[in-house]
Amino acid sequence: MTNHWVDIKNANLIVVMGGNAAEAHPVGFRWAIDAKINNKAKILVVDPRFTRSAAVADEHVRLRPGTDITFLNGVLNYLISNDKYQQEYVREYTNASFLVRDDFDFNDGLFSGWDESKKQYDKSSWNYQFDEDGYARRDPTLMHPRCVWNLLKKHVSRYTPEMVEQICGTPQADFLKACEMFAETAAPDKTMTSLYALGWTEHTVGAQNIRTMAIIQLILGNIGMPGGGINALRGHSNVQGLTDIGVMATALPGYLGLPNERHVDLQTYLNMSTPKMTGRGQVNYWGNYPKFFISLLKSFYGDKATPENEFGYHWLPKFQQMVDAMRFIEMTENGEINGFLVQGYNVVACMPNKHKSIRALSKLKFLVVIDPVASETANFWQNHDEFNDVKPEEIQTEVFNLPSSLFAEEDGSITNSGRWVQWHWEGAPPPGEGKTDSAIIAEIMMKIRELYEKEGGRLPEQILNMAWDYSKKKHPSSEEIIKEVNGKALADLYDGNGTLILKKGQQVSSFAQLRADGSTACGCWIYAGCWTEAGNQMARRDTADPSGLGNMPGWAWAWPVNRRILYNRASMDRNGKPWDPKRQLLHWDGAKWTGYDVPDFTAAPPGSEVNPFIMQQEGVGRLFALDKMAEGPFSEHYEPMESPIGTNPLHPNVVTSPTVRLFQRDAAELGNTEKFPYVGTTYRLTEHFHTLTKASELNAMTQPEAFAEISETLAAKLAIKSGDMIKVTSARGFVKVKAVVTKRVKQLMVNGQPTEVVGLPIHWGFKGATRKGFLTNVLTPSIGDSNTQTPEFKAFLVNVERVS
Amino acid sequence: MSLQTQDYLARSGTNALTPPPRARDAQLKVAKLIDVSICIGCKACQVACAEWNDLREEVGFNVGKYENPLNLSSETWTVMRFNEIEENGKLQWLIRKDGCMHCSDPGCLKACPSPGAIVKHANGIVDFISENCIGCGYCVTGCPFDVPRISSHDKRAYKCTLCVDRVSVGQEPACVKTCPTSAIRFGTKEDMKHVAEERIAELQSRGFANAGLYDPEGVGGTHVMYVLHHADRPELYNGLPKDPKINPLIGFWKGIFKPLAAVGFAVTFAAAALHYLAVGPIDPEEHDEEEKS
Amino acid sequence: MSKHLVRRHSYVARVGHWLTVFSFFVVTLSGLAFFFPSLRWLTAIFGTPQLAQLLHPIFGIIMILGLCILFVKNVAHAILDKDDVPWFTNVIEILKGREHEVVEVGQYNAGQKMLFWTIIGLGAVLIVTGIIAWQPYFAPLFPVSVVRLCLVLHSLSAIALMLGIIVHAYMAFWYKGTIRGMIRGTVTRKWAALHHPRWLREIEKGEDAHSSRLSS
Repeated sequence: MTNHWVDIKNANLIVVMGGNAAEAHPVGFRWAIDAKINNKAKILVVDPRFTRSAAVADEHVRLRPGTDITFLNGVLNYLISNDKYQQEYVREYTNASFLVRDDFDFNDGLFSGWDESKKQYDKSSWNYQFDEDGYARRDPTLMHPRCVWNLLKKHVSRYTPEMVEQICGTPQADFLKACEMFAETAAPDKTMTSLYALGWTEHTVGAQNIRTMAIIQLILGNIGMPGGGINALRGHSNVQGLTDIGVMATALPGYLGLPNERHVDLQTYLNMSTPKMTGRGQVNYWGNYPKFFISLLKSFYGDKATPENEFGYHWLPKFQQMVDAMRFIEMTENGEINGFLVQGYNVVACMPNKHKSIRALSKLKFLVVIDPVASETANFWQNHDEFNDVKPEEIQTEVFNLPSSLFAEEDGSITNSGRWVQWHWEGAPPPGEGKTDSAIIAEIMMKIRELYEKEGGRLPEQILNMAWDYSKKKHPSSEEIIKEVNGKALADLYDGNGTLILKKGQQVSSFAQLRADGSTACGCWIYAGCWTEAGNQMARRDTADPSGLGNMPGWAWAWPVNRRILYNRASMDRNGKPWDPKRQLLHWDGAKWTGYDVPDFTAAPPGSEVNPFIMQQEGVGRLFALDKMAEGPFSEHYEPMESPIGTNPLHPNVVTSPTVRLFQRDAAELGNTEKFPYVGTTYRLTEHFHTLTKASELNAMTQPEAFAEISETLAAKLAIKSGDMIKVTSARGFVKVKAVVTKRVKQLMVNGQPTEVVGLPIHWGFKGATRKGFLTNVLTPSIGDSNTQTPEFKAFLVNVERVS
Repeated sequence: MSLQTQDYLARSGTNALTPPPRARDAQLKVAKLIDVSICIGCKACQVACAEWNDLREEVGFNVGKYENPLNLSSETWTVMRFNEIEENGKLQWLIRKDGCMHCSDPGCLKACPSPGAIVKHANGIVDFISENCIGCGYCVTGCPFDVPRISSHDKRAYKCTLCVDRVSVGQEPACVKTCPTSAIRFGTKEDMKHVAEERIAELQSRGFANAGLYDPEGVGGTHVMYVLHHADRPELYNGLPKDPKINPLIGFWKGIFKPLAAVGFAVTFAAAALHYLAVGPIDPEEHDEEEKS
Repeated sequence: MSKHLVRRHSYVARVGHWLTVFSFFVVTLSGLAFFFPSLRWLTAIFGTPQLAQLLHPIFGIIMILGLCILFVKNVAHAILDKDDVPWFTNVIEILKGREHEVVEVGQYNAGQKMLFWTIIGLGAVLIVTGIIAWQPYFAPLFPVSVVRLCLVLHSLSAIALMLGIIVHAYMAFWYKGTIRGMIRGTVTRKWAALHHPRWLREIEKGEDAHSSRLSS
C-alpha cells in the first residue's frame, strides 16, 4: 500500500477492483465502512461476481475475468477526453510532459522493439529523449506530439465505451456510471483509494492491471494524498514482510536485486544497479544503492566481508535464469532437482495445475515440508480416491514433515499491507514437537555448516562465512534477528561536520546512516529504524492520532522511517499549499518540512524544482513506465491464454500477451471453447484462510464443503439445481463440487456472444477437518505473469456437467 | 450468581403472587444493534460465539448456499442468513445475523412451564437457566422468531444468551467484540437507538427512503435491534416477521385457560362432594333392605 | 358362578384398566405440573422435573396401550342404541339416585358409553398431539405452528380427560360395589340387578341355557 489501512477512512471513493476486500480482508474493511459512514464515501465494486464487498457497495459493475485493463483504459479514455483529471498534478508531478523517443511506437498489439524470433522486446526505444546533459526533455505545455500525455491519450483512445462493452461484457450504462464516480475525484479535494489484491495479480497481465490503475490515480492526483493511493491488500498476514525481506527468486532484502551472471564483480553490479539521475536537480534516492548493498553484505558475512574480498560479493549466487516457483516445478518435473525444502507453503494446493505439481514432487528424492498442519503437499503421495488419485507404491520421494509454529506461538514482527511492522508476543508455545521456523531453519543450517566443515564442498565460504552471531546458534531469537535486520554501526560514525552520530555497535536509526565503506551492517535497509537504540519501535502501542487522519505515528513502526503515506510531498502543490486543507499532513516551518507524517522528501524548500517522487530518477510519477514492464510502457489488453472469445477485438493478430510466461509442456495443456465453453475463475472466501484453516474445526463448520457458483441461466441450461453435485472440467483435469446457483453470477454478452462465468473457491482438499474435496488447482493452467511470474488463477476455460 | 438472581425482572413458571425479588432499582436496559447495511456476512460473529461459548457444531455439507451451519441449533446460537433480492434490475445481497432477539415481552418465557428456567434480567437480557430447563420445548412454540432449539444430546433448550456472562462483568457480547466492520454494536438501548437514528439518516441520504429500525412493538420492543435498508419490508431479510407477536394460542394456553381449568377442577370436585352429601351412596345391599322394609 | 356373584370384568380387562389408571395417575400429575408451574413439586412423582419431562410421554404411551386393551374389550358394548334414549330423558332422576327406577340398563348405561367414547377420543388426541410435540425427537420434524397447536390441544384434552376421569371415579365410588368388580372381576347379583338388570338377565339366560344343557 502506498497508504495504509486506517487511511482508507479518508477516501471519498473506494474502488474495490481486482480484489474482494470485504471477503478477504474483513478486518481492514472496517475502514472502508468507516469512510462510508463518517466521510460519506461511496464504494464502487468492479468484479465478475456480486461479492460480499458488493453487498455493502453503492455500485457493482460486472466485467469478464481477465479484462480489467480494457475497463481501466476505458476509464482513462473517459477521464482524459472529458478533462476529468487534476491538471496541475499531471503537469508537475507526472512524466506527462516528458518527451519520448521518436522510435517508440505501438502498432497492432505490439510495442516497438518486438523480436519475433526471440519472442521478446528490445526495450531501448521505450525511453525519454535526453538533452546534452543527460536529462530528459520536457514540454510543460503538454502540446508536443511526443510527450507522454499525448502518447497516452492516443493509446487509450481505442478504449471506447463500446469497446469496453464488447471486451468486458460490461453494459455501457454501467461502465459510464463507474467512470463518473472515478471522475468526481479529479477535484483536488476529493480522493479515491484503490483496493486490490490477487484479483489483479493472478493474471498473465497482473502487473499491468495494477499499473493501469496507478496511471489513473496519478492523473486524478490521488497519489500521496490521504485517502488516496494504490493499495495492495496482501493476502497473507506477513506476505508484505516476505516481499520486503526479499524471499523471492531474484531478490535480496529491501528490493535489492540478486546478482546475475552479467554482474561479474561488485563494481559492475553496483554500476548496473544504481540508477542515474535523469531530471535536473532531482534526488534519485536509489543513487544510495551501494550503501544499502554493502551494508547488506556486511550483515550477511560480518567480519569476513572486507574491501579486499569485495565484501564477500563473490559468495552470493549469480543467477543465469530466474528460478521462480513456476520454473522450479517445471525443472522438478524435468528431473533436474533432487530435493525440495517447502516452508509454510502448500505447493500441491497452491501452484496451478495440481497434476503437474504431483508429477514434479513424485520425481524428487526427498521433500522437506515445514508446516504447522498436515498439508496436501506433505501427503501428496497418499491415495485419496478421486481426490488424489496417485499410486503410492510408484512414488519414491522420501518426505520429512517438520511441524512448525503458527504466528501466535512465537514472538516476532508481522508487516501488514500498510507497511506497519507490528511486534507480537508468543501466546502459547507450539504444541507437541512443533518448533518455530527460525529454530528449524537454524538447526538445518548448523548441520549443513558442520558437513561443510568436515567434508568441504563447492564454495564452502558461502556457508562457512555467514555471520551467525546468535546466542543460541540453533535457535536465534526473533529479537536478535530483527535487530540484525535493522542494522548497526560497525565503527564510530561521524557526519560531514565531524559530529559523532553513532558509536560502534549501536543500532542505526535510519538508512540515511548507512555507509558504503563497510562501517555499517544492515539486513534490510528499508527496515532500518525498526529497532533503534531507543528500543523496539514495532512494539509501540500509542493510539494518539494528532492529525485526525488516522496516521497514528506512535503505533508500531512503518517502513520506511515510520512514514505512513508514501509520496506525501505530492499532497501539496509545488509551493507547499495542500491540495485539500482538510488533508494537510506536512508544512514548511521555515527550515524544514514537518507535520503529522515523516516527509517523503528532502529539505528542499517550497517552490524548488525538486519533484516529489524522490525514488525516481526524474522525480515524477510515471504514466509511461520506460523499460520497467515486460509488456510495454503503457498497458494493453491481451486476452487470457484461455480466451472465451478466441480473438482480441483490438488487434486480432496479437490475441494474448506476447511476453507471457509459458513453458512448452504447459502450452500443450491449454484448452479452447469447443470443449471448455465457460470462463472459470478461482477465489477465496471469508470463512477460510487459503488451505490452512480447513484444518480448523471452527472454520470447517462455517464453510464445510467445496462448491462452485454458477448463474441461473447456466443452471437452467444444464438442468442444475442448487445443491446438486457438478463436475467442472478443464484441459488439466476435473473436480466435483456442489453447485451454488446464484443471481450473483450472471451471463455476460462478450464480443456478441453470451459468456458464462463459473466461480470456484479454493479452500478444500483431501486433508483437514472439512469435507474431503478436490483441490481447485486441478483446473488452473500453469501460466505466469510476464513480470512477476504469478500464476493465472483468475481466467481460464472450463466445462460444467451435472453429476447424476 | 445468587446476587444476580436479584436482577431478574421476570422468571418463567413463577406465580404472579410470588414474583422475583424487586428490591433493586432498575438497571439501564442494554441492546445489541445489528446494522444490516454494513454487515459483510463474514461469519466472524458465528465463530466468536462458538469460541466464547465453547460450541462446536458438526461439520456439515454445502446444500447450495452460503449459510453454514444451515440453521440455528443447540450448538449454533447465531447464523448469518443470506438472501439475494433483485428488484428493478438492481441486485442486493441482504445478509442478516439471526439469533435471539431478547424481547421485552419474551414469548419463550411466557410459554415456559419450568420455574426459573427462563429469566429476564433487569437489563433486558432473556436468558435460559439450564439447570431448571426440562427440555419440554414450550419455549420453541412461544418464540415469534423461531429461535430456541432443544438439544438432542442433553434435551435442554439453548439460544443466544447475549453473552450475559460477559455483559454482567462489563464486557460486550463476543459477536460485538469480534465484528470487524462494527456492524454489531452494543450499549444501552437508548444509546443504540440514537446510533440507529444516525445510521438511518445516512441510509436515507443514500436513497434508502424506507431505512429504519427494527424494534418491534408487538413483543414490547427487543434488545437486539436491526437497522434495515428496507424497514418497510423486513420479510426480505430471510422472513424477519413484520409485526411479531406472541401467538394468541400461547396467550390462551398460558393465560385464561389456566384459571378456567382450575375452576373446572374445583367445580367438578365440589359437584361430586355436594352430590354425595345430597344423594348419598347407592349400595345394593342397603337398597335391598330398603326395598324389603 | 356362585349364587351371589356374577363375572363382570375379565382378568385382561382388569389389568388393562389398572394399567391405565396407574399410568394415567403419573402422567396426570406430571402433566399438571407442566400446566400449572406452581405445582412443579408434582414432578417429584418421577424424581426430578427433567425425569418427569422424559418419562411423561413414555407413560402416556403406556396409558394409551392400556386404553387400547379397554377399547378392544369394551367397544362392542359401548355402541349407543335406542335403548339408551330413556337414560338421557331421565338424567335428572338418575342423578338423584333413581336410575334403577327409571331405566333398565344393559351392560353399560348411556353415561358410561359416552364416557368411554370421550376417553377414547381424548386419548387419541393426546397421543397424536403428544407425539408431535415430543421433544427432542418428533417436534423438530413439524412446523412450530403445528407443534404449538398440538401443545394447546394436548393441554385442553388432558384437562378434559382428567375431569372425565374424576366423574368416572366418583361414579364408581357412588355406586358401591362397583370397584370390587374392577378389582376382583365379579359383582354381586344384587349390584347387577340394581344397576344393569338387562345385562344380568342376559347373563342369567346364558346360565340357564348352560345348566339345562348340562342337565339334558
